[in-house]
Amino acid sequence: YLQQACPQVKNILVLDSEGKRVAVKYYSDEDWPTNGAKEAFEKTVFTKTHKTNARTEAEVTMIDSYVIVYKFVEDLHFFVTGGEDQNELILASVLQGFFDAVGILLRGNVEKSEVLENLDLILLCLDETIDGGVPLQTDAAVLANKVASHNIDSGAPLSEQTLAQALVTAREHLTRSLLK
Amino acid sequence: MAQPLVKKDDDRDDEAEYSPFMGIEKGAVLQEARVFNDPQLDPRRCSQVITKLLYLLNQGETFTKVEATEVFFAVTKLFQSKDVGLRRMLYLMIKELSPSADEVIIVTSSLMKDMNSKTDMYRANAIRVLCRITDGVLLTQIERYLKQAIVDKNPVVASAALVSGIHLLQTNPEVVKRWSNEVQEAVQSRAALVQFHALALLHQIRQNDRLAVSKLVTSLTRGTVRSPLAQCLLIRYTSQSASNSQGGDRPFYDFLEGCLRHKAEMVIFEAARAITELSGVTSRELTPAITVLQLFLSSSKPVLRFAAVRTLNKVAMTHPMAVTNCNIDMESLISDQNRSIATLAITTLLKTGNESSVDRLMKQITNFMSDIADEFKIVVVEAIRSLCLKFPLKYRSLMNFLSNILREEGGFEYKKAIVDSIVILIRDIPDAKENGLLHLCEFIEDCEFTYLSTQILHFLGIEGPKTSDPSKYIRYIYNRVHLENATVRAAAVSTLAKFGAMVDALKPRIFVLLRRCLFDSDDEVRDRATLYLNTLGGDGEVVETDKGVKEFLFGALDIPLVNLETSLRNYEASEDAFDINSVPKEVKSQPLAEKKAPGKKQPTGLGAPPAAPPTTVDAYERLLSSIPELASLGKPFKSSAPTELTEAETEYAVNVVKHIYDRHVVFQYNCTNTIPEQQLEEVSVVVDSSDAEEFGFVLSKPLRSLPYDSPGQTFVVFEKPEGVPAVGKFSNTLKFIVKEVDPNTGEADEDGVDDEYQLEELEVVSADYMQKVGISNFRNAWESLDADLERVDEYGLGPRESLAEAVNAVISLLGMQPCEGTEAVPSNSRSHTCLLSGVFIGNTRVLARLQFGLTGPKEVAMKLAVRSDDIAVSDAIHEIVASG
Repeated sequence: YLQQACPQVKNILVLDSEGKRVAVKYYSDEDWPTNGAKEAFEKTVFTKTHKTNARTEAEVTMIDSYVIVYKFVEDLHFFVTGGEDQNELILASVLQGFFDAVGILLRGNVEKSEVLENLDLILLCLDETIDGGVPLQTDAAVLANKVASHNIDSGAPLSEQTLAQALVTAREHLTRSLLK
Repeated sequence: MAQPLVKKDDDRDDEAEYSPFMGIEKGAVLQEARVFNDPQLDPRRCSQVITKLLYLLNQGETFTKVEATEVFFAVTKLFQSKDVGLRRMLYLMIKELSPSADEVIIVTSSLMKDMNSKTDMYRANAIRVLCRITDGVLLTQIERYLKQAIVDKNPVVASAALVSGIHLLQTNPEVVKRWSNEVQEAVQSRAALVQFHALALLHQIRQNDRLAVSKLVTSLTRGTVRSPLAQCLLIRYTSQSASNSQGGDRPFYDFLEGCLRHKAEMVIFEAARAITELSGVTSRELTPAITVLQLFLSSSKPVLRFAAVRTLNKVAMTHPMAVTNCNIDMESLISDQNRSIATLAITTLLKTGNESSVDRLMKQITNFMSDIADEFKIVVVEAIRSLCLKFPLKYRSLMNFLSNILREEGGFEYKKAIVDSIVILIRDIPDAKENGLLHLCEFIEDCEFTYLSTQILHFLGIEGPKTSDPSKYIRYIYNRVHLENATVRAAAVSTLAKFGAMVDALKPRIFVLLRRCLFDSDDEVRDRATLYLNTLGGDGEVVETDKGVKEFLFGALDIPLVNLETSLRNYEASEDAFDINSVPKEVKSQPLAEKKAPGKKQPTGLGAPPAAPPTTVDAYERLLSSIPELASLGKPFKSSAPTELTEAETEYAVNVVKHIYDRHVVFQYNCTNTIPEQQLEEVSVVVDSSDAEEFGFVLSKPLRSLPYDSPGQTFVVFEKPEGVPAVGKFSNTLKFIVKEVDPNTGEADEDGVDDEYQLEELEVVSADYMQKVGISNFRNAWESLDADLERVDEYGLGPRESLAEAVNAVISLLGMQPCEGTEAVPSNSRSHTCLLSGVFIGNTRVLARLQFGLTGPKEVAMKLAVRSDDIAVSDAIHEIVASG
């Protein structure tokens, strides 16, 4: 229903190097009504992209009239899917924001075991990136800050120090993207 | 959380396979969830359990209703904890569980408390959760807070409320529409994303109010929009309202062009794409957009290259010349690592390429084909087919390319696309025929797809006998009888028989082969061989096969299969044999509701002609024959589609169906009374035929009564000279007696009032005398008609909107059935041939071949050749065009 009016993300997938689910979030039950349909989609997406090199720049393809932008790091494959008419650069900015935020949250150690050990942060980050298909925030530093700030009061996992560090990483990232 | 969720000790040695969720099991986790009930909550532990539950859901695990309810109730206890991290996980969990209405009540007060918390993060998230799970009643309770939140100083809170509003608008539009003042204020927010979300919501609230949208857009295009995302929205809304507004000038074009210089790539691209999609865009308007897209083509970012080439590919369909400047950049993309980009580049080049570049292009593509997936290959094959039709002189290299890839590995869809393309080239490029047929013959020698084999055999049977040396195909065909499954063998037998029937010199040899088939293990194969041996006759002598037999065995079945099926179903076994001539031949147009999903391609090439849509011919016939006055007129030659004579949503809805007879015309007025308080009686239509000189009024059959919402018919009969396609205009007035209906009893008053109601004019046109009757092979049918009865003439059609528009106009003027998909005009072509077939009043078969060409900018000329069984009818067709 938002197709025309508002940029709409249909799903965000994080799969491992065998195509297995690490963390996924679907925003369109019309396109994939069952878990079986979702898994079939993930399989197609994985088989059609896993041989490509999407490690330096985000890559893009079209599968079954969906535009899919993706980026790989270590043993993880990140995907953002949108409809056929979607502006692929908007999808790419969603992907980049989420991808970099995960990088900040995991202090650069983005790999499957780290993601699983910090799954709570990853799920919160997904939740802050998209709300019901609508991009909520695409700036990686802001995203990471929003996720990390929940843990300040509890004093435990991400300490003040790591938050400061996270902000440094974020600033570095910002200058990097400005230099491009 | 840096700490692992479970102790690592056990699995240390297998580091690579280690996962904190290894061996996780739903039952055990549900047990663990009991910690939520502890009086002394351990926030860390609770967070871990929630993470596990979320992990299970994420992996596709489902909770039963009972389990979900239990978890939900346990989770609600966690509102007691002040731990921020835990609260956040709690929000996530509630959203994932999507509780039922009676469960929602439990958490409402907690969430409403959070919604008014001093902590921004609580406010934002509580709003999102509450709006996700709320229903209409609850929404009105929290509406006040949401309106406040929209204008909250904190951008995260404002965005949360706005995005929730976007979702709620679908379920509770009347509530969300009340927020437009606040949303309007938020559009002016300094926070980039708040502006984006507010703009999206405001536009949706007002989308049905064109003027309001236009005002909104105008004010914003002059002001400052901070977020690139919001700027993209503005571009979308601008071009939408530009396409809604009529007239030639585009007040928003300058804004779109200005966006091409924006600093954000997504905005530049959005604007460039919007410009290319403007309806009737001129090449001058296109140029700046193409220029930025060209720059994107050489970007280091694949997404940018992809976006640019995808858009240029679309532009190439309508404005191939505008894209040619990018050809050099596009050629370098053929070797792009990203195969999606390479495929798009190739198909764009194929659309824009000129004759001299074909060979070079084909060489580049050959290398490329081996390492892409079938779906990309199909796209390339289709592009090559249209290129070949554009440059028929290049058929040799293109046909060779197709036959080469046909020999390589590939799935059914891919092979079918290639075969279809070869068939189309054989049909349209006479020089390519023999070469193409041999490629197909070689293909069926080693073809794993039964469907393709049988289709090719059928096609060979039609085209093969007409070649200079038909005998060379026999070997390929007969090999099938030895080597293939029963379906293919049966098809091969039919093809052999066709050669025997069409080429008398081959008949003795064919008979020998057919006799061998009498011993086949499959009964269909044996039956076919027996049938052909007996009917083709001549005991294998070199004699001419009887024309009637040929017609019987191989003639086109010019009856829509659906009509045949209906007639056969209605046929009751009796003394009288089934008469195939009783089957109506009219192809009925498809009712709107049953139209195929858009985007589905019509089958072309080998595929059977599109299945005939369901017919209402029977329904009309039953209706007409049930009325004595009309039954005596005989059988109608043709019944038109209904034409509306009233505007939509008026008091009385009337449409008319024209039934054409040899000497009469019957107008069937279908009337509907849409006023519950009225009953109409003695309903009739008074027809003024002063503008239809050749028609004489015969009778009118009024409708006794027309109650509310129960359609009825009234008829008017005119006579006209026999067999003449008389035309004319008729004006109509609906006359009736109105009676008030008592809403309580539903009974009509005794007394009524005479009244009348003006209807629109109706017209009998030449096309009404033409039945749309499709044929499967136009060339055969054309050649079977006497060339002496052909009439050819040329016409200037004047300035037209497009070639396709001119073609459609002539097709609907003549009312004939387009054959072999020739009604579709490729968007960039400058000439087009269209084949039409029909049956004219008097049951005369008519075929027309229309050649269209652009003679100047938008000037269309047409050469029309008509063949029919009656020279007078050929002339009549020309008269229709000359006077139309």
